Amino acid sequence: MCDTCGCNVTHGNRHLLAPGGRLEKTGQGGEAVTVLRNLLSENDRTAAHNRSHFDRHAVFAINLMSSPGAGKTALLEATVDALGERFRIAVIEGDLETENDAQRIRARGVPAVQITTGSACHLDAHMVHNALHQLELDGIDILFIENVGNLVCPASFDLGQHRNVTLLSVPEGDDKPAKYPVMFRAADVVALTKVDLLPVLDDFSTERARDHMHALASAAPVLELSVRAGDGISAWLDWLAAELEHYRQHSRRGETLRPRIQPEGLRLHGLKA
Amino acid sequence: MHELSVCQALVGQLEALAREQQAIRVVKLLVGIGPLSGVEPALLSQAFPLAAAGTLAQDAELTIEDRPVRVHCLQCGQDSDASVNRLLCGHCGDWRTELLSGDELMLVQVEFVREQAYV
Repeated sequence: MCDTCGCNVTHGNRHLLAPGGRLEKTGQGGEAVTVLRNLLSENDRTAAHNRSHFDRHAVFAINLMSSPGAGKTALLEATVDALGERFRIAVIEGDLETENDAQRIRARGVPAVQITTGSACHLDAHMVHNALHQLELDGIDILFIENVGNLVCPASFDLGQHRNVTLLSVPEGDDKPAKYPVMFRAADVVALTKVDLLPVLDDFSTERARDHMHALASAAPVLELSVRAGDGISAWLDWLAAELEHYRQHSRRGETLRPRIQPEGLRLHGLKA
Repeated sequence: MHELSVCQALVGQLEALAREQQAIRVVKLLVGIGPLSGVEPALLSQAFPLAAAGTLAQDAELTIEDRPVRVHCLQCGQDSDASVNRLLCGHCGDWRTELLSGDELMLVQVEFVREQAYV
């Protein structure tokens, strides 16, 4: 076909070249094609694949996100200690370097796969997919994916998880939801950690942290806990057990679950998967 | 930070689309980005030539369209402008809103040059 003389224009495709048609001629002799596809659709496809993997094995998958040092691994240790008898837990650990976190989890008798991302500041669906090859999902009730410590990038990548959990530790300051709206908007629950430090760091107001969450139009519960002092852990475990049950109800109906904000975006923008 | 991986995904999509369209080169592309996507338009513009080098999108002109943050109020039913960390209704001030736009990360349009077949 030739783009010079118009011999490629047929009765069947003429409408595409009309003004506003999909292939209307543009300035440089090219043809414009309307795509309307999410830039991360390749990642999202793999995430959907991961999600169906989880669903086939009825594994409830949680993406655990926070800044470095907010206490993700400590919360996982406490969770394993409290629920290890009741549920079978597995963990995927994302870090730039070291196997330290996976070793801490394995020391508690729980299978853990470490992903070292090198310089990558987030996990993506492909990395998680590769890690799944090293993990026996049969019989697992809950899979925690501990993302790279970072309040920016992890929020943009769907991994196939069913729920997002975001930690905010007291030393970081109560304005983090306002400073990192993308991350905190994605949270299905926010855990304010290290609340045993509140008497010392009295400029942190849990009320202000909640107000910042509301300003993000988020109805996510905000839990206050301290792993060190053993405070508030039961509210976290209750949330977890309730969400697991919620997931299992969906799972029995052959349905899946997604983090709260993702379907909203997909629906509103009419994006192709 | 992650703009380069976003660009790599973008270039992958452009290559797939070009194959589909039997195109030999990408001339232009239009990308829509909302601030709640977590991607910084300026960084994306800088990263794009690096990701596109050596591909058929190498010399493509990238245009980024900023998408406004808009919310729909679930209480009073009106739509209003909002900011990234203040997604409250601009009319009644309620926090129970849903996002109408502002979290897009979307390849909107691509302009190709097609392969010329010999007659």
